Parts: sequence; structure tokens; C-alpha cells
Amino acid sequence: MEILVCVRRVPDTAENEIQLNSAGKDIERDDLVYSINEWDNYAVEEALQIVARVGGNVTVVTVGGEDDEEVLRREMAMGANHGVLLTDAAFEGSDGRGIAAILAAFVKKGKYDLALTGVQAEDGGAQVGGMLAALLDYPFASLVNAIEILDGGKLKICREIEGGNKEMNEIDLPCVLSIQTGINEPRYVGMRGIRQVASVPIPTYGASDLGLNVDTVGATAAKVKREDYFVPPLGKGAEMLRGNREDNIDKLIEMLRAKGGLK
Amino acid sequence: MAGIVHILIFAGFIVLAVHTFSLLGLGTAAGTDSVSSAAIGRTYDLVTNYAATVVFLCMIVAAVRRLVFKPARYAVPPRYGKAHTADAIFLLALIAVLMFAESLFEASKVAYLARHGHTAQSLATLSLPWLLGKSLVSLSPQTVWNLYLTSYLIQALTFYFLLCYRPFGIQFHVETSLFGVYFAKLDRGTVKPVKWGLTPDQIDQVKSIGVKTFTDFTWKHMLDFYSCADCGRCSDKCPANAVGRPLSPRFLTTKARDYCFQHYPVFGKAQNGQPLIGTIYSDDEIWSCTTCGACEEECPLLIEYIDKIVDLRRGMVDDGNVPKSLQKPLKALKSRGNPYGKMEKKRAEWTKEKDFQNAYEVKVLDGSTRADTLFFVDSITSYDDRMQAIGRATARVLADVGENFGILGAAEKDSGHEVRRFGEETLFMALRDQNLEAIRESGVTRIVTADPHAYNALRHDYLDVPSVEHVSQVIARCVRTGQIKFDPVANTSDVYTYHDPCYLGRHNEIYEEPRAVLDAIPGLKRVEMKRSRDRSFCCGGGGLMLFYEPKEEQRMGVVRAKMAAEAGANVIVTACPFCMVNMEDAIKVAGLEGKMTAIDLVELVDRQMLRRRAEQPAASAALAPESDCARSSLA
Amino acid sequence: MAGIFVYIVHKGGVPDDSAAELVAAAKAIDASAFPAAVVTGSGAELDSVCDSLCGSYREVWKIANEALAYPNAELIRKVLVAVLPQDAIVLVPHQHFGVDLSPGLSVKLNSPFVSDAVGIEGRDGNILKLVRQEFGGQISAHVHCDVSWGAVINVRPGAFKPLEAQPANGNVLDKSSQVGALNCGRRYLQTIAAEAGDVDISKEPVLVSVGRGFQEKDNIAIAQELADAMGAAVSCSRPVVDAKWLEKSRQVGSSGQTVKPKVYMACGISGSFQHLAGIKGNPFMVAINKNPKAPIFQVADVGIVDDVLEFLPALTEKIRER
Repeated sequence: MEILVCVRRVPDTAENEIQLNSAGKDIERDDLVYSINEWDNYAVEEALQIVARVGGNVTVVTVGGEDDEEVLRREMAMGANHGVLLTDAAFEGSDGRGIAAILAAFVKKGKYDLALTGVQAEDGGAQVGGMLAALLDYPFASLVNAIEILDGGKLKICREIEGGNKEMNEIDLPCVLSIQTGINEPRYVGMRGIRQVASVPIPTYGASDLGLNVDTVGATAAKVKREDYFVPPLGKGAEMLRGNREDNIDKLIEMLRAKGGLK
Repeated sequence: MAGIVHILIFAGFIVLAVHTFSLLGLGTAAGTDSVSSAAIGRTYDLVTNYAATVVFLCMIVAAVRRLVFKPARYAVPPRYGKAHTADAIFLLALIAVLMFAESLFEASKVAYLARHGHTAQSLATLSLPWLLGKSLVSLSPQTVWNLYLTSYLIQALTFYFLLCYRPFGIQFHVETSLFGVYFAKLDRGTVKPVKWGLTPDQIDQVKSIGVKTFTDFTWKHMLDFYSCADCGRCSDKCPANAVGRPLSPRFLTTKARDYCFQHYPVFGKAQNGQPLIGTIYSDDEIWSCTTCGACEEECPLLIEYIDKIVDLRRGMVDDGNVPKSLQKPLKALKSRGNPYGKMEKKRAEWTKEKDFQNAYEVKVLDGSTRADTLFFVDSITSYDDRMQAIGRATARVLADVGENFGILGAAEKDSGHEVRRFGEETLFMALRDQNLEAIRESGVTRIVTADPHAYNALRHDYLDVPSVEHVSQVIARCVRTGQIKFDPVANTSDVYTYHDPCYLGRHNEIYEEPRAVLDAIPGLKRVEMKRSRDRSFCCGGGGLMLFYEPKEEQRMGVVRAKMAAEAGANVIVTACPFCMVNMEDAIKVAGLEGKMTAIDLVELVDRQMLRRRAEQPAASAALAPESDCARSSLA
Repeated sequence: MAGIFVYIVHKGGVPDDSAAELVAAAKAIDASAFPAAVVTGSGAELDSVCDSLCGSYREVWKIANEALAYPNAELIRKVLVAVLPQDAIVLVPHQHFGVDLSPGLSVKLNSPFVSDAVGIEGRDGNILKLVRQEFGGQISAHVHCDVSWGAVINVRPGAFKPLEAQPANGNVLDKSSQVGALNCGRRYLQTIAAEAGDVDISKEPVLVSVGRGFQEKDNIAIAQELADAMGAAVSCSRPVVDAKWLEKSRQVGSSGQTVKPKVYMACGISGSFQHLAGIKGNPFMVAINKNPKAPIFQVADVGIVDDVLEFLPALTEKIRER
């Protein structure tokens, strides 16, 4: 099976303190460490496990620049057979729809049975997978946490719905799936492995290679634009409720309801 | 008991060696039935009679011990495999038969000669041959002659059989241990390189590192598998085993030996290439080891364990088979240089605590500032808010004894000590190289650390560093010269006990300095726990081990806390931040909260130290150890 | 003028809470607008949902078809494309269905898509300004899009409070016949209910977390009752696991699970570094602890100094009364 996994390099939420920069409109990017988006890593591991069972190849692709090559290499150290970088000045500033369009153009150039994305990215909108499928007219399923290969070009997949319940579906190939964390246990990628793939060539494709009209991608084509980052005002330390127990409970319930803590 | 029996058997064999070989020679050439007819030969013969008797009795004692008294360390829980008791008893029986046959040979020889008038030869009184001789008196000369021949045959056959059987049983340790002990690893605290003879850059080009299949073990390790006498002392003292983790060092060896026998038969093709993890070893078994070294300390045959476990882990890491709980801190170590994922620039934040900063300024050796001594803080002391108190106490003590020191601050990376011992050699080398560069650039001539794991790494894993000392050595020296004097303890009813950290004690043999420091504090009552010094019981492990989720029945720290209580102590003094984490946690889990406390050696020194400062009374109040505040409990 | 439509998620004949919340969201887009509800389904359950919606929506577009008995986003997307006007603004709750439906829907309707909106600031002509969060909630962002040709907006459940009841006296419009052929590349098979031990706390949006303040194993039941009343899951700190009151899978911390809930109730938890390290995304944290000096009060949003063993049952009962 030929599997394409769309990955993204994101600032690591666990190892960074995301803060506003001094200008106040963007996050402080100076000290950020980046890594592969956690969901995408699960997707690559899933692809590797599928290919180990039924044969085939795993290709990882990302839209970005030179800096983004490092996540491609990491996934190749993990076992992916090919890495591809889609890069072009015209791609910069693309919104989710733009990224999906770029990826769709790449998918059309190849012959992939299955395309995987992560459910969402740390700085994204849980949208690229669904948009990619719609642009390709492929069936789609999100929040996938189990994949079984059936005969006749079909998959049996499980979607994670509320309460930990599992929604079982059958889906035709070729299709797009967005993968949820916890679907498997991604293998560890040691520093040695990454060093070993440090000089493997990674092909790049631009807008013209993909046959993309530059008006459909990039900042100008973006339909949703981010104006700024901001931090909603926070109190210092906990707001202590100092009434008697009953009053505290009432106040607490009100707050919980507002924050969506009550079903 | 076992030791005495073993020494007796060993001595008996040595004594009997010449006699036994001369007996064998007798089969081919007449006249070699006694060493010499001179007095020394006679004496020797008598001695051999006793030797044979003693060995024979030892066989009986050994068999009874194994079958009736069954010492705990021999036990083989079913999950580890089958016991080799039958093998052991068989060997004991063979040797007993050999001794009996030799004795009967001697007895029948003397009896026969006596019948024919040669009474010159006699047997040692009350020895086995002598007793047998007594029972031969009533037999006819022909019978005696037959017994003479038969016993010779039995002796010869048994001897040759034993000789050929030796490699297949635990007896082989007699031969292999000669080489095993000769080639044993003598340096402590180190870890073998990935592959002997390979430089670090060459490691990247090797296709596979670590031990994945049996032949990946070094020849010395394979020799170890043959040399194990299956005595069980290692597992008996292994803390992981004591708390019910899947690890039992003895079975690492015996399972490998059984695998070896199975797959490398004397006759037939070798069937190799099977992965060891998942077949004879389980992942958890290998990850469970805290590298405390108790097994290696106990082993009478100097069998190495830590290197084997590290090699197995290297193999697992190379295959990507790392438990999720360890992947998180490893990733953080790679991107941030510490297992918590905290930002590098915050590594020196512990020096900015308000009260501390008002009284002390810690230099950061960033190129413009210089100092003679580097205080290598390492990750846990830099970032964990409980351990930061130890960092501050260390800085205070060092400052107050006049050390000209500084810290590396953001340029310091985790020492990588556990990273290496958990098999991620490449990441370890990256951390080490970054630290080495920072150390070199700082121009320091000496390093002091309060973290035994960092101490061990700097001393043994790092190359070309200035001399390293643990802070307890610095303090002990200052106590000796009188530079540090102590206030008497406030609460004289407290009983203190010192817990030897594995990497300060066993691996680096620093036992006395911390004790000397404690004993210099007036009024401090100190007791020793049952297992102390080189027999100390691991607290649970440090570095990456704090992140691993073992399957165990209880925590090592809890077992240790109970040992402290048993020794009559209510204060445990540690000299390692990881021991502190584990002991404070254990005190709560064991339900000893309020009845027992833990304090770091430096914190105690900091608290009790007599300081010549103008605002002394206020200062000692302000410098009260932060561990006394009702602060973070472990989660 | 673009009409605002709210896609109604329902189960067992009852509309989800989001049905009421999204009316408020629609009003935030356009104070004078009256959104229409769009409901798909089949049979008596669908009818029951439509009837109850008439109380808050003026128009309820009902699309009934056997194939829609189970909400399959792939099918429903086709239905909505067929039935909705091209410039519709569609509001959908951001949950497992919305995530499945909306991105593709926005492509087929050729509209901008805003995911997981937590706030709507209003409209300036055709530009709609919204608030989103990124990095697990650590930071917020203002985004805007041009809604002249419609939009698809996924709204975070609970982000909008339902408005005071404004009886709408709505009608049900049956749009079932406008739907074309219903087939697609994905077919629903069945739903397998989660087993009791299967709780994955790292996915739970609301957690009631217990610490040593609970004193003994039997008291954990108090936390479970609160969790049931809140629709939450029970998690814990390490000492609780060590004491074997709960399984390891419930542990939050640097050597346990990393959780990213929206709401975190830290009950009898002191708030050590190792425990807090397992909580990401800046949830709304409520701390209840007998010790007023517990470090947790420095990081929580709301703090109550009280005995968890007494406070929690009282809280549970009050929640149940609602």
C-alpha cells in the first residue's frame, strides 16, 4: 500500500512557554524549540505499522521551507521511505485551505492508496485533513484510532467519539484519514538514527511543479487571517472564595458552567 | 556457612589433585600408586585421606542444605524459569561418588596388602578410607581385590565423566572463573564503550549497535554466562528484585546460558540470530535496572551486569523500542538539555530566590566572569523546586568556606549520566560534548558537585575534565582542618542515619567523608542501617529512572525508609538529590509522615554551620533549610 | 443577506446543549438575526427533536431519511450542500461530529472555515472577527474572515452561554425531498461502548483529580460521584497510585499522563512540580484543599480552603439539583 502522511513542524507545546513577544502581536519565537506535530507522528507510526503488515511505502510530505526538512528527516529516521518538501515563496501565509490545496495538488501527481494527517496541529484548526479529502473528492474520516485493512480496497476504521465510545465505519480506498493520538505507541527515534539520514536527499516541489495556480494559495488567497495573538487578562494566583460553604458552592457552579465544566 | 563449605571443598580438591592424577597414572603404568615412599609421601597420603573425607562430608552438607534448608537465594520463582537443582544435586552426587570411590580404593588397597603381609601402609584414623577399611576386615581377599579393581574403575570413570560433563553444568565455573576473574572489569562507575575499538564518529556508520541477538554480546560477557555458579547472591541483594520488579540478575545470566546451550549445541548447527528481547528477556526486565551495582558487588565470580544491561538497552534504543514514559524526557533532553523540557535560560533561576539573592550572589561563568571552581549543578537541582533548596544550601556552604566558584548557568546541560546508562549513547555524547566545551571555556581548574550522578559522569564518562569532587569531600576536608565548626543539634532526641547513595558509595567508594561530617556535629546521634556502605540499598534510582513507570509491588524507597525506622532512626540523611526525591516520597507512602524526615547532608551542614557573620542570629534564622517549610509534596 | 444556520446535534430524541448555545453565537454575529436550525435524522426521534427546537428557533429545517438515522458526516455534508444556500453562515459545535463535517463542508460551499471559535467579536460590514486559541489554550488569537459568501464556523461547546429563554414559536420546514441520492464512500457499521476501565484521562475535557487529601481508598467514591454529576472523569496524583487507590492510568504528572482538559478540579492535591507538569493547556483550575498554603493555590484560577471530604459531596448534591 502506498501511504502518504502529511506532517507539520510546530513549536513544541510541552517544551516551550508560549508567550506574547514584546511587540504584543505575535508569540515570542526566539527561544522556541520545534518538533513534529504530535498527531502527525502517530500517523507516521500507523503508516509504518500498516506497511509492515501488508507491504508498500510510506512517504512523508510537508509544506514549508528549509527549516521544515528536519521533521521529514526525523520521520525518515523512524522508517518512512521517502520525504518530500513542498516549498515556494507563493505558499507563504497560506491558511488551512491553502495548505490543503497544495497537498491536494501533490496527491494528484502520485498514486497513493491512503493519505493520513493528524487530527490537528498545535497551532492549527483540525481542518487540513477534511479539506484535503473534499478537494480530492475522497471519503474522509476524522479522529481515527484504529485501522484494519479489508479486502477489496476498503478499510474498517474506528473513530473516537464521546465518552471513549468507538464508532466503527467502513471506508473505501483511496481515502483521507485524520489520526488521533493514542492509536499506537510511536517508536523512539534516537539521535543516532537522525544522524544517519542527515544527508539523504529530499526532493522539493514548487507551485509550477504541482501545476498550482498561485492565486489559490498563499497569503492573498487566505480566507481566514489571524490578526494578532493576545493573552486574556489573568488574575494573580487563585481567586479565593471566602464565603461559607454554600455560597462557595453556588459561585463555583456558576463558574464551572461558564467554563463548560458541567455536562 | 556456604563460604566455609566452599573453601573446604576447594582446599580438598587442591590437596587431592596430585593424588587423583597419580591414581589415573596407575591405570597405565604400575608403581605410580603412591607419590613416593618417603615420609613426605606417607604424610601426603594421610592428608589426602582426610581431604577426601572432608570433601565427602561437605557434599552431604551441601546437598542437605539445598534440599532441606533451601536458602532463599536459591529459590527460582516460576516466572524466571526452571531451577537447576537437579543439576546441582547430580554434581554433588558425582563428587561424592568420586570421593567414595577413591576412599574405597585406598581402603581396599591397604586391606589387600595387609592380608598379604604388607602392613606398612595405613589409613588416616577416622577418615573415610579408614572407616571403609574397618568394614572390609571380614571380607575375603578375593572380594577385597575385586573391590580394589571396581573402585578404581568407578573412580576413573567418574573422574572422566565429570571432566566431560563439566562444561554442561554449573561446575564449569571452576575453569571459566579463572579467565573470568582475570579479565574481570575492575574500574567502577564506568560503562563500556558501544564497541571496543570504535571512535565516536564511526558509531554512526555501524548498522546496528547494542545487544539484540546473542552474538552481539562481547566474548567476556559470554564467558560470564558460563561462569555463573547460580548462587543467587546477586538477585538476593538486587533492590529491583526485592520490590517485585521483573528483574532478577541471576536469571539474566542463567537464561542466557540456557539459550546458549540450546542454540549452540556441541553437535549440530548453531541456530542464532533470534532477538533476545521478547524471547528470553522482557522489555520491562531490562528497563527495571537502576544500575545500583549491588549485584556486581555481591558476585563472588566478579560477573558484570551493568554493562550487559546497558548494551541490551542500547539495542532497544537502536530499534526504537523505548517505553513512552522515557521518550518524553529523552525528547526534552535533546531539545532543551534537561528532562523536564524547561527552558535553558531558566537553569540558573534557583539563584534568584529572593532571600537567597539578598545574601549571596552566585557567579555565572559566561566568559566575562571567571572562577577557579565550577559548581556543576545538573538538571534536577536546577529545576525541581524542592532540590533547588539543596542547590542554594550548597552555594551557601561553598561561599562560606571561601570557595571561588561559579556555575555554568544556561550553558550547562544535563550531565547525561542516565542517558548513557539507558542506552541513548549518541544523545549522551551530544550532551557531554556541549558540557565539555562549556567547562573548557570557563577555564575552571576544579569541579564540585552535590549530585553523585553528575559526579560519576564527570569522573568516569567525561574525558579530560579538571578534577572533580563531591561536596561531602569538600566539607569533610573543611571539618578536618577546623574551617567548618558546627552548632550542636537543637533536638537531641533525633536519631540520624546516613543512607549511602549508590553513585557516591558503591560506585565511587566515598563512605567515610559524609559520616565524618555527621559525626563532627555535636550532639548528633547516628546509627547505621543494616545495609550500609557498599551494601547500601538503592533508593529507587535517579535521572531517567524517575520518569520510568516500573511494575513493582512496592517502592524501593519505602523499603529503605522502613530499614531506617528499624535501625531506630527518625532522620534519614541523604547526599543525593534523587535519593532525596525518593526518600521524601517514600516517607509519605510508608505512612511515616511526621515520624520521619529526610534531609540532605549539605542542608544539614548549612543549618548547623557556625557562621562568622555580623547578623548571625538573624542569618541563621533566615537560612533555615527550606525543606522545613510545608512545601511541595511529591505527586 | 446571508442566513445563519445552526446544525443541530442530537441524541435519543433530545438536542445537544450546543443547540441553545449556538443561538447565542448567532446573535453575536448579528444581533438582529434569527438563525434557522438544520436537523437531520429519521423517524420519531427526529420529530421529537424538531418539536423541542421550535421553542428556541423560528425555523427548523427538517431533513428526514432512513440513511441519516445515524449521523454520518460524509452523508450529511452532501445533504447540507444540497439544501443550504451557497452563502449560508453555518454554525456547528466543535466536537467529534463537527470536526468530521465542517472542513469538507467549507470546501464544498467554497466558504471560509473557522475552527473551534471560543468567541465572536462581531461584524464590520462583511468582515467577521472571532477569537480562537492555539497551543493547547496557552494563547489566544483574533482572526477574521470575509463572510459575504458565507462561512462555516465550528464553535467550542460551552464557549457561549445560552441566552435567556426567548420563546420563538418556530415552524418545522420539511426539506427532505431536496436531498438527492444518498451514498458515499464511508458507511457506518456500529458503535462499541467504552468499557469501564477504558477511560483515557488525556482526552477528557473535564477532570476531577484526587490527591492525598482523600486519606483513604474508600473516599475516592466521593470524587467519582462528583465526576459523574459533572460528566467528568476521575484522575489523580502519584501518591494515590502508589497507595493503590487508583490505577496508574489515572495518574496526572511527569511520570503519569499529560492531560489537556478545559476544567481541572484539583481536590486535596498540594500542587507539586511533578504533578503540575502533567497539566497542559492552561485549563480552568479549581483547587480545594484544607491547607491554605498549598502551592496549588498559586496556579489555580479559583481556590477554596475546605475539607474535600465534606465539600465535594455538598457540591455534587447541588449540581444534581440543577
